[in-house]
Amino acid sequence: MRAATAARALAVQAVAMRRLVPLLAAAVAAGCRGPQSMLDPAGPAAAAIARTWWLMAGAALAVLLLVLGLLARAMLRRQPAPPMARPERFIVLGGLVLPTVALFALLVYGTLAGRTVIGVGVDTDRVVRVTARQWQWQFEHLAPDGTVLARSLDRLVLPQGEMVEFQVGSEDVIHSFWIPRLGGKVDAIPGRSNRLRLRADVAGAMRGQCAEFCGREHAHMAFSVEVLDPASFAGWLDGRAAGDAGSTP
Amino acid sequence: MTEANAAAPAPPDAAEQQRRLGALQRIWANGPGLVGQLTAVNHSTVGLRFIATGFAFLAIGGMLSMFIRLQLAWFGNEVLDPDRYNQFVTMHGTTMMFLFAVPILEGFAMYLLPKMLGTRDLPMPRLSAFGYWCYLFGGLFLYSSFLFGGAPDGGWFMYVPLTDATYTPGISADFWLIGVTFAEIAAVTAAVELVVTVLKTRAPGMSIQRMPLMAWAILVTAFMIAFGFPPLILASILLEIERAFGFAFFEVARGGDPLLWQHLFWLFGHPEVYIIFLPAAGMVSTLVVTFARRTMVGYRWIVVAIVATGFLSFGLWVHHMFAVGIPLLALSFFSAASMAVAIPMGVQLFAWIATLWSGKPWLRLPMVWLMGFFFIFVLGGLTGVMLALVPFDWQVHDTHFVVAHLHYVTIGGMLFPLFAGLYYWLPLVTGRQPGESLGRTAFWLVFIGFNLTFLPMHLTGMLGMPRRAYTYDAALGVEWLNLLSTAAGFVLTVGMMAVAVDVWLHFRHGRRSAANPWQAGTLEWALPLPPPPYNFASIPVVDDREPLWRDPGLAQASAGTAGLLGDPAGGRRELLGTGMISGAPEQVIRISGSTWLPLLAAANIAVLLACFIAKQYLLAAALLVPLLAVFLRWAWTTGDRHAPLRIEAAPGVALPSQAACSQAPGWWGLVISLLIDGSLFASLVFAYFYLWLGAEVWPGPGSETGALALPVLALVLLVGAGLAARLALRGNDRDRPAQLRGGLLAAAALGTGFLVAHGAALAMVLAAPQQHAYASVVWTLAGFHGVHVLVALLGSGFAWLRSRHGLVDAQRRLDARIAVALWRYTVGQGVVAWLVIHLFPRLA
Repeated sequence: MRAATAARALAVQAVAMRRLVPLLAAAVAAGCRGPQSMLDPAGPAAAAIARTWWLMAGAALAVLLLVLGLLARAMLRRQPAPPMARPERFIVLGGLVLPTVALFALLVYGTLAGRTVIGVGVDTDRVVRVTARQWQWQFEHLAPDGTVLARSLDRLVLPQGEMVEFQVGSEDVIHSFWIPRLGGKVDAIPGRSNRLRLRADVAGAMRGQCAEFCGREHAHMAFSVEVLDPASFAGWLDGRAAGDAGSTP
Repeated sequence: MTEANAAAPAPPDAAEQQRRLGALQRIWANGPGLVGQLTAVNHSTVGLRFIATGFAFLAIGGMLSMFIRLQLAWFGNEVLDPDRYNQFVTMHGTTMMFLFAVPILEGFAMYLLPKMLGTRDLPMPRLSAFGYWCYLFGGLFLYSSFLFGGAPDGGWFMYVPLTDATYTPGISADFWLIGVTFAEIAAVTAAVELVVTVLKTRAPGMSIQRMPLMAWAILVTAFMIAFGFPPLILASILLEIERAFGFAFFEVARGGDPLLWQHLFWLFGHPEVYIIFLPAAGMVSTLVVTFARRTMVGYRWIVVAIVATGFLSFGLWVHHMFAVGIPLLALSFFSAASMAVAIPMGVQLFAWIATLWSGKPWLRLPMVWLMGFFFIFVLGGLTGVMLALVPFDWQVHDTHFVVAHLHYVTIGGMLFPLFAGLYYWLPLVTGRQPGESLGRTAFWLVFIGFNLTFLPMHLTGMLGMPRRAYTYDAALGVEWLNLLSTAAGFVLTVGMMAVAVDVWLHFRHGRRSAANPWQAGTLEWALPLPPPPYNFASIPVVDDREPLWRDPGLAQASAGTAGLLGDPAGGRRELLGTGMISGAPEQVIRISGSTWLPLLAAANIAVLLACFIAKQYLLAAALLVPLLAVFLRWAWTTGDRHAPLRIEAAPGVALPSQAACSQAPGWWGLVISLLIDGSLFASLVFAYFYLWLGAEVWPGPGSETGALALPVLALVLLVGAGLAARLALRGNDRDRPAQLRGGLLAAAALGTGFLVAHGAALAMVLAAPQQHAYASVVWTLAGFHGVHVLVALLGSGFAWLRSRHGLVDAQRRLDARIAVALWRYTVGQGVVAWLVIHLFPRLA
């Protein structure tokens, strides 16, 4: 009778799962795109991270199903049932060997992905100084000698296919510079200049946003990103350098 | 243990048994009426108060979260304005972490541990009562901020510089820093109390290998609190004195570093997650054994896993800081450590499954909640492994993916086991049997509501929705997922209310339960339901991990008065103290009964802190005088100062009373307290070196190293004080009270000399603390140590007074030992501080 109760409870849980999974799958398929979606990568760093995610998601699902399967098996054995033959070995295999092997593999994979993400062995083509303040982003394209070629507020213009180094700092509190379609984030911390290198491979518009809580208007501290093909970008930069480098767009 | 049983002669006759039970009831009961409630210190009363108050704060924190969900239900909503939203998010996180999760688990531990370990109370009952009042007043203090110009709104993590005096003027941040630190006194006192309880008051025969896994979990948790909370307490103190007095620790312009806050905060913040999880895992281990109806498979594996989790949890804090600009190579270490913590989790998980697999599982209501725990917690653990991977974390850090993850691990890992434990142990409190039907409905509402609320947040986070933002742009395309989360959040809320209604109905109308309704094997189920205030009339003797399964007669024997401590001839509350490892009887501990002192002390602190926040600093300082008077009275009345040297625990079994025993709970309480204090001091030294690492000049502008002569003199005086204290103790041990008192006075005089000499030495070379981080941290370090010298002075004065009253001698050494230990610790800390302050800048 108790086994029946157990079976019923787990059956209800299974039904709940069966309803949940297709809903989720549909939502994922429909919703991966977006101006700020890390699942819609537009550069090598974001692409490497998105690949890592799908791999980890698959492995996690497998582990979850394995654990739930073992648990169901443990709970639903018909009584009297023979107990587990070698329980200590079960603990060692499942609790020690399985996670150690899986985590080691993940760590190796992640370290290699990390090298792609930070662009090891790729030269920097361009430097942009990013200054965050409550609640505004300022972007300055720098010449090799450090002079400011172009300055813009809450709008970042990038050349397609160039590795850009962002030097990120803050004038007041801590903010965080993040363009999800290009790669990870880095904090803008007063008194420090943090480096982040990103490359955009796809021309077009996307969006970046402050990711570290910075006070009242944190939610609105976003900026637009425009990736231009090299010719248009050169034209834009010339236009800015011609006279109004210091003014806002 | 059989010898203890054999030592008992013929059992007392019925009349004698009645007399003894009546006496026990009289000695252990709380006083009548309101006064009795306000003065109660009994562990059942205090534990249940922690639990009830914790659930009240859960309800409040839950209501705040419903406002948050309503605001986020659609883009551009205006349920809350940004200021109000930030307050609610801050208070939601703060409440759930500091006012719900940690205190309620302490409450469960305080209520259950003495019963599970076979003792009558916690060995320092006034300390836990004091902790409760601090927790209650601290929580009310924090919420009173809504009445005084706004609640804290800097996030529960309070990052600087956003929360410093420039960017958060006013007193909202002060309410957070002071209120949370006030409430944390409860965590720290509970840590001391619980370590001593587990190590010193287990039933005879309960060697450390026979301890319930719940006790192992609480023991490790208490040590984690001892090392994990001090960094946050220190950070809060530093930020408060920066805000109140203009010191510089975090402000870049004056040599401070905002990342110092983050390191200290997460040095606390990450162990905190396991401080919440481990007791819940202890509950899981307890319930799995009962409902599998067999002993735990791999008990040793679980113990090793618990201890390993405790250690590993202190090596992970940087994974909250992957995006602050630390080089990738250094991050890899913390990434690997963060993943490694999954291994002890896996060991526990598979041990639980193996136990269920090897037993005859019984799916009652508590077990249903555990099934929910398995599903949610495993999922949360898996996303945790993902977050430990540095590049992935760079993307999802500070997004709703993390919001989803942390709710999966905290609600899955803590709340579900907590509800399982609640239903499991309810019969113990009420003597009634939980019904199943409404409880199961409530479970499904909570389970489905929870998953539909938080599963979509993984996706909204990856679609680019940051945390702690009061609204989001329509372009993100996340409004439908957010609407789903909000709708499901209401299902979750209805489920929580159904749990509350179910528990309320249970209290009013539940069926009377027979003793041990789950046929469990641990000692708390030996008690009659509901249990008497003294728990066990005779202290049980055990020889198994599940003593009730082994010895069916145990319940009846421990409810009778024929066994250990069955005859309360002394008229005092008595516990049996046993060996730390062996569990062999070694002392009779007389503890204090109902008293106003804990409430008076906590109320005094509350008024003091209110004066501080109102910037009435002189008044706040003056309030230290009554506080010290209360604590003096407290120390003076500890236990039974007139206890005989030896007390009969049973006919023919005479044991030393605690003042005459080297293993007295007060001694171990001191050891754990000094461990906590040492962790606080180490955090401050860490702050010094962290600031030095980022500094361009050291010593900072306006300060210099100066001549060494005066500092050396100060050091000599300090070491002299330590030597005088040692001579005093030696005199005491040779029954020379005059040498004891003379030595204590000499130590006090030398200590005072140190304070004067060291203060003068620093005043000559140091700038004002407001000028630069160097001066701030050195003054703070010296001041911190100075406070310890003052405490050692007070300790000496106390021991002197006790000696004058003839309460200290060669046999009753406890007071003298404590006074001398305070000096030894203070001298040790002083030498380290001295080297840091006077020697290091010369080398750097």
